[in-house]
Amino acid sequence: MSRLDLNRRNLLAFASAGAALAFAGRVSAETGPRNKLVVLIARGAMDGLSVTVPYADPNYAALRGSLAIPVPGQDGGALALTEGFGLHPALANLHGLYSQGRMRFAPAVALPVRIRSHFDAQDVLENGGEGLRQQADGWLNRALVAAGGTSLKGLSIGVQTPLILRGDAPVSSWAPGGQVRGDDRIASLLQDLYANDPMLAQNLASGLATEELAVMGGDGTPVRRNDALSLGRAVSRLMTGQDGSDIVAVSLDGWDTHAGQKNQLQTRLSGLDQLIAGLQEGLGDQWRRTVVVVATEFGRTARANGTQGTDHGTGSSMLLAGGALKRGGPIGDWPTLAEGKLFEDRDLAPTLDIRSVFKGVLRDHIGVDRAALDNRVFPGSAAEAPPVDGLV
Amino acid sequence: MAASETAAAIALTRLGLGARAGEIDRVRPDPKGWALAQIRPDGAPQPSGGFPSSNQRMNELLDYQDMDRGAPGAQNAPRTQGTQPATGESDPDAQARLMARRAARRKLAESRDAEFLARAQLGTATDHGFAERWALFWSNAITVSSTKFNAGIFIGQYEREAIRPHVFGKFEDMALAAEQHPAMLFYLDQVRSIGPDSQVGGRRRNVGLNENLAREMMELHTVGADSGYGQADVTQLAQALTGWSVPMARDLATDGRRQAGNALERGPNGFVFRPDVHEPGERVVMGKTYPPTGLAQGQAILRDLAQHPATATRLARSIAAHFVADDPPLALVARLERTWMASGGDLAEVARSLVEADETWSPQPTKVKTPYEFIVSTHRALGTRPDRLPALRSALTDMGQPMFEPPSPEGWPDAAADWAGPNALVKRLNWAKRTGEMAQVGDPTALADGALGARLTAPTRLAVSRAESRAEALTLFLMSPEFQRR
Repeated sequence: MSRLDLNRRNLLAFASAGAALAFAGRVSAETGPRNKLVVLIARGAMDGLSVTVPYADPNYAALRGSLAIPVPGQDGGALALTEGFGLHPALANLHGLYSQGRMRFAPAVALPVRIRSHFDAQDVLENGGEGLRQQADGWLNRALVAAGGTSLKGLSIGVQTPLILRGDAPVSSWAPGGQVRGDDRIASLLQDLYANDPMLAQNLASGLATEELAVMGGDGTPVRRNDALSLGRAVSRLMTGQDGSDIVAVSLDGWDTHAGQKNQLQTRLSGLDQLIAGLQEGLGDQWRRTVVVVATEFGRTARANGTQGTDHGTGSSMLLAGGALKRGGPIGDWPTLAEGKLFEDRDLAPTLDIRSVFKGVLRDHIGVDRAALDNRVFPGSAAEAPPVDGLV
Repeated sequence: MAASETAAAIALTRLGLGARAGEIDRVRPDPKGWALAQIRPDGAPQPSGGFPSSNQRMNELLDYQDMDRGAPGAQNAPRTQGTQPATGESDPDAQARLMARRAARRKLAESRDAEFLARAQLGTATDHGFAERWALFWSNAITVSSTKFNAGIFIGQYEREAIRPHVFGKFEDMALAAEQHPAMLFYLDQVRSIGPDSQVGGRRRNVGLNENLAREMMELHTVGADSGYGQADVTQLAQALTGWSVPMARDLATDGRRQAGNALERGPNGFVFRPDVHEPGERVVMGKTYPPTGLAQGQAILRDLAQHPATATRLARSIAAHFVADDPPLALVARLERTWMASGGDLAEVARSLVEADETWSPQPTKVKTPYEFIVSTHRALGTRPDRLPALRSALTDMGQPMFEPPSPEGWPDAAADWAGPNALVKRLNWAKRTGEMAQVGDPTALADGALGARLTAPTRLAVSRAESRAEALTLFLMSPEFQRR
């Protein structure tokens, strides 16, 4: 709690110094409750084609083979949205939000540059620059600075502040547990590395199994699934009240589905759905002032690979959820998966710059003006990435 | 002899505390030379920080012990607990004294912890990784532990005064400095040992011989349990060691309170010899008779123990087992032993022998890093240094190697089974994950290359480069077999 207090004092001092306002954008004169924005960064290249499933695209089923999500109505089929798109069946709660007009999606977005490395692409996603190593801080932090007059509070969830929230505006942070679990991705990756080291392999497996026994939920359900819901609730608790945070960034791992994609995505998306449900539940009447954005650094190949997975691609999906959203259709054009329409004959081609969606939300929901967005928050984006209208 | 690519990496990782970025390249032209150049007569590097000497620490300890003594004139009153009033003093005074005592104790503990941090920072920064590892080895071979508070507050001094200056000198000189250091004298209760027939022993009841130092001196510091000595030898040595002690308050008084006619002999680092508690008479240890020469008697026995062939055998094996393999190659042990015997226990020669041996350069990493080595090598690889004591303390405690606190005089164990058990690995993994999440690095693959060089295997390198986030890449690297081992 003391950390939040410290940040509030800093922010107020910062604003009163006046220096910030010299380059801050004009902000809406909010005196009442503040609007909330949660940015969920899906690290590892989330497979947009499995999240917002283009089940009506004539080439989808053939490209994806056994990985294709069935059409709505069939067993394990997509949850119908609009215009031939559906949500992955694990995203039941999000689908409910869609019916209420509180969920939007962009089916083919990407960064302004083509990068195939996770680390580098995540940097660009978070620094809001036009390319690699262009900014040392994050666009969300710069947005906080631009909105400095309203004393918005930033919060990062995780042990270290992610690049997206690093910068001049002070930001608080919180990290849940952090213990590695036996079914965590890292555990299985390490077992691969320990293939020739039986001692390490056996002992790590044994150690994690023991930890599992120690924390297993009382009613027999794996604690893992409940964690996302609790995490969502926990984050929402940090967002409500006088000292609650307004701009939050959360990292979600485990999206790099090179093999065995079906099960892994089922688990990840289930968790994502629960996280958003937990946020909604915990925010209560603040939900109607909230926007949640889910973004990833790039998508995955249109075709399945030889190990029931997909490899690094280009275009992916963005999801928006929240009570502050306006009802509407897909954001951006659908390029289709037809031959000749794929990027480099392998990836979904992007039709919208990811920054445009961020800018639309920041302008209409947080009140950062166009000039600040084009020049400070996303420098150099004026021509290439105009803000999307009508989101909020 | 391994290819020079691997040799440079081996030098830094097996003989040192891990490679920092660019270090493997610098060492590549002459990896053996890199190690050999660190073998210097003035010993191993010293942590910086302007820490107090043993003499200063002793004064601080005596001041702290003075706070226990209550009102003036009650020097010999038994210590009272809590707020029991003495000589008519009121409770608030007693409370105030209690708070002052606690503060003084806390200050001593903080100084000890600060020394540990300084030593860890030296480890992460030094270019003399081999000399540092060598010093850490000897500090552990002749262990002092903070499980006893009075010993703990002298450990920083112990390493700086008794170990580091001597690590490339004669073993017997280091052994003498170590066994006579206040840290050791407190740790193994030597300060309480009183000869039954000594001046003091004859007068007082319920005081007597303490055999702790003598036993460990023979069993753990020199010849070892299998060298053919028996309980009688331990007792004889314990008797010879009576009088090996530290100053008490009255020794420092200048108003004639000293024992008449028995001026205390003083050694370096605060050592004093008390003739009034020394057991008179000649002693027989391992078949040799030692005339009654007071302080020189115990010293002579220690030197003979240090020079005994069994000591060479035992410590040669310890060195090989620590640096090269839990079950060390017999040829390597034999080589180190030969050098030891031929040079009369010259540790510079033994160190050179270790560096020159082929077995030291075998490519396969076998030894599992201790938690301390793991943490320090991580900082070196990441280009960071530990500067928050609570974080360092909890990481080491979590992984089973609390700061300055080996559980017994045997010191920290050295084998894989001791450090890579199931829960230990989980603890390491959790620390690695947090470290990976908090690190600010550019390219994890380049970082892994810089830290391990040719010892980085293709599967690990691939996994690191394909990780879905920087945090995951670093966690994989830190937990990889080639980084967990050296």
